[in-house]
Amino acid sequence: MNTAVSTMEFLRPATLAEALETKAAHPEAVPLAGGTDLMVELNFDRRRPPALLDLTRITELAEWSEVDGHIRIGATVPYARIITELGSRLPGLAMAARTVGSPQIRNRGTLGGNLGSASPAGDGHPPLLAGHATVELASVRGSRRVPVDAFFLGPKRSVVEPDELVVAVRVPPATGPQQFAKVGPRNAMVIAVCAFALALHPENGTVGTGIGSAGPTPLRARDAEEFLAAELDWAGGRPLPEGVAERFGELVAAAARPIDDVRGTAAYRGHALAVLARRTLTWAWRDHTGRGSCG
Amino acid sequence: MSTATRETVAGRVGDSAVRPDAALKVRGEFAYSSDLFADDMLWGATLRSPHPHARIRSIDVTAALTLPGVYAALTHADVPGENRYGLDHRDQPVLAEDVVRYQGEPVAVVAADHPETARRALDRIAVDYQVLDPVVDAELAMAEGAPVLHPECPGGNVLRHVRIRRGDPEATAEVVVTGEYRVGMQDQAFLGPESGLAVPAEDGGVDLHVATQWLHVDQSQVAHALGLPPEKVRLTLAGVGGAFGAREDLSMQVHACLLALRTRRPVKMVYGREESFFGHVHRHPALLRYEHGADRHGRLVSVRAEIVLDGGAYASSTPAVVANAATLGIGPYQVPNVRMDCWGVYTNNPPCGAMRGFGAVQACFAYESQMDKLAERLGMDPVELRIRNAMREGSTMPTGQVVDSAAPVAELLRRVRDKPLPPPADPTDPRDLPGGVANTTRGDGVVRGVGYGVGIKNVAFSEGFDDYSTARVRLEVLGGEPVVSVHTAAVEVGQGLVTVQQQIARTELGIARVTVLPADTGVGSAGSSSASRQSYVTGGAVKAACERVRDTLCALAATRLGREVGLVDGKLVTADGAVAASIADVLGDEVIERTVEWRHRPTFPLDPLTGQGNAHTQYAFAAHRAVVDVDVELGLVKVVELACAQDVGRAINPQAVLGQIHGGSAQGLGLAVMEEIQVVDGTVRNPSFTDYLIPTIVDMPPMVVDVLELADPHAPYGLRGVGEPPTISSTPAIVAAIRAATGRALTRVPVRPDDIALAGSASRPVPSRPEVPCD
Repeated sequence: MNTAVSTMEFLRPATLAEALETKAAHPEAVPLAGGTDLMVELNFDRRRPPALLDLTRITELAEWSEVDGHIRIGATVPYARIITELGSRLPGLAMAARTVGSPQIRNRGTLGGNLGSASPAGDGHPPLLAGHATVELASVRGSRRVPVDAFFLGPKRSVVEPDELVVAVRVPPATGPQQFAKVGPRNAMVIAVCAFALALHPENGTVGTGIGSAGPTPLRARDAEEFLAAELDWAGGRPLPEGVAERFGELVAAAARPIDDVRGTAAYRGHALAVLARRTLTWAWRDHTGRGSCG
Repeated sequence: MSTATRETVAGRVGDSAVRPDAALKVRGEFAYSSDLFADDMLWGATLRSPHPHARIRSIDVTAALTLPGVYAALTHADVPGENRYGLDHRDQPVLAEDVVRYQGEPVAVVAADHPETARRALDRIAVDYQVLDPVVDAELAMAEGAPVLHPECPGGNVLRHVRIRRGDPEATAEVVVTGEYRVGMQDQAFLGPESGLAVPAEDGGVDLHVATQWLHVDQSQVAHALGLPPEKVRLTLAGVGGAFGAREDLSMQVHACLLALRTRRPVKMVYGREESFFGHVHRHPALLRYEHGADRHGRLVSVRAEIVLDGGAYASSTPAVVANAATLGIGPYQVPNVRMDCWGVYTNNPPCGAMRGFGAVQACFAYESQMDKLAERLGMDPVELRIRNAMREGSTMPTGQVVDSAAPVAELLRRVRDKPLPPPADPTDPRDLPGGVANTTRGDGVVRGVGYGVGIKNVAFSEGFDDYSTARVRLEVLGGEPVVSVHTAAVEVGQGLVTVQQQIARTELGIARVTVLPADTGVGSAGSSSASRQSYVTGGAVKAACERVRDTLCALAATRLGREVGLVDGKLVTADGAVAASIADVLGDEVIERTVEWRHRPTFPLDPLTGQGNAHTQYAFAAHRAVVDVDVELGLVKVVELACAQDVGRAINPQAVLGQIHGGSAQGLGLAVMEEIQVVDGTVRNPSFTDYLIPTIVDMPPMVVDVLELADPHAPYGLRGVGEPPTISSTPAIVAAIRAATGRALTRVPVRPDDIALAGSASRPVPSRPEVPCD
């Protein structure tokens, strides 16, 4: 019987290049930024990685910039900065960021951490899906970009290889209204029972959707997107035809694959997603057609 | 002799005296029990059963002991006294022997030089369990043939059955409404987890510093289990981070002492948040069936009720909770004919015991739901129906006890009804809307509702319990100034009791400088900081001890001065009002110290067949009006405003009274719309603040509070216990408001979004506990 207490290495690279080398050398090392998921798992003794890879010293991961017409958000930019600095250009993502945890959590928690955890309940995921974001991954082998709808493989599983790090997220700035809404049985500081993000892309007449906490991964509602893109009068801005919002809601609910769990039932999740989809569409279309945002 | 004008000292009874712990707590500087520290201390940790019901074939701690840094690993075989404890009767092992009866039951404890090492050591203890089917349904547990969990219990799994029969139990009425209600398992959710430090003493005893609610009942249970005389187990109160009933039962007390005595080192134990959910009892889940009969004018003719309380694996205070639910179970109403049966039952669910409201909470949700249902059936205003049946001073309880002090039930209801209603929500501020900051509505689907609730609670311990408190008050002159010290074992749990003791001493002796000594077992028992009783009972003891000190001082002064004097505003004063001497002049170097054991009026047992008897010493009442906005499509609720009216007899500290009313109302809000420990097959599914949700500042609305001060002539200063009543009536008021907004039956708390939003939700099957359709 092994009598030694297992130790945990704490690796602190100063640069991204160093971090990638360290990750290649220690593929079992778990990246650490805000720690809002990882430290909870360590404290609950659910996880005992042999090494932690602290990314907080790497300044290049903690910045956002504009690249090729996209907003490139470094993996360790906290939610609080997304809210204050990107609220007008990525409104859907900022709305989601506002619903993350408490102010303390929003000061610490990062979008990169959200993606790294790949929880189906991650608040950042639905707006990234709706906004057609791309995840930038890097390793000593090079870097690659993965569309966010191809990023998630299963509950807390993603395409990130053991030697890779999530480096950044690239999101096109909003060209139309974006919405995010999340249901929880408390009016603040709650993990989503289900969540829905909507982005209208009038520049090419497409619709983006993202569903959270209602499937093994964050999901797009593709049928709903196609249905709505065809129904909306993008150029003329006519009001939503009768029944379109309702049908859109049904299609969103149909795209979900919810389960019963401690936070809610599958039946409720489906029902609530339909309501959220209908409402967010109503608000977004009003915004788009300039008919005021208040219901 | 002085003729200077007399000054009344500040911080007396009726003032909102500032609490000594207030600034420290706000700044995060208050030392809680989890901050205790001793040089060379070890850390204790507890191995708990993962199974709700299992036979233990063997326990092997060898591997734990071989881990470097581990100093002890103990099992039931290491408990030197009787391996049993319990508040009502001793049915709970300190460490499990041959069987575990709930998930989380302690099986072994270890001490190590680092908390992480202690945790690793737990993983190395090998326990061979034979898993047994758990008994998880309280009603089924009562049935013939159910597995008996405590063979020594004479009633099988029925721990207590209280029957109340008043008038004609078969009385018929023109209008009858029936209902079946369920209350989920609420947690006290205090913020300071169970923790303490045990220090072995030279005399073979142990000094235990711990956050608890009743030092002496801990002392007697710990000493019993350690096989030590009580005087060798000395307890000192450590900083308490909330209690609400959850610290009435032992948690880590015996474990830490066992480890300290074995290792001869101080041992600290601190539960984590998840462990805390397994480390204390919870509010009893309840199944309540009611039948209310009334005449066509809405006058109640009869109430018939059956209440089943799930006591979980061990007795804890279930027998007393059963009596409360039964005796208070028809509410603050006059009813000539009552048939009430209330059972407390053993199951393999988590043990349940004391929580703020103590049986009155569950019953109030049911009887107030029934009153609304009856009002609807009669086409009456729900407040009018309540007022028509409201008890008042001189009314008779279903136990036959006559309520012999103020019972302003109708007045409380009128006051909350007559408050102006809040304006409609601002749809541009999501914090004002159901769903809050999560952006679920801009007013879409939002319907407002208003509901009412009124409740009744007994104050202090009941049914003939010898309920007393001990106070030692000392008067001396230090630096030329008179100084009072007050020593009791009464526990400050955050309610403000230290300040209340100071205020009473200042009032009785007119002396500004009052020191409240740390609570410990060096003075007699103060009883529990529960049942809304400490201002009454320890307050009464401090007052009586101060009176004895004053009498002694005045007698001494009369001898020295050669004439009769009284003590007024801290000065010795003659009959004509002239100041004859200062205390310092009279007392000099002498010390006056008096210790008083003080009791409230006696109470009496309930007749076992009829439930008749003067079981309670004082009753307290509060009423709520709740205004809610409900998103009827999503089933989300925003409580817009809570109005509360409560009679407190006399507000010893008005600000603290408001604090109790706000806090109690918030706890009732939690039960109404979110707080529930979800237990499936005896296993807790949400032991964390991630999924056990308590209200945030966005959920708890502003309150409008009326405090009535109708003195109870039997109580010190006329006061009435404050802490529990607001917890009781806020829950039914909020649910009534949600019903008004949604038209849903809502027979279960907490109300879940599904219950509101999904069609047919009233009879929706729930995986954890199947619901029975109402009516």
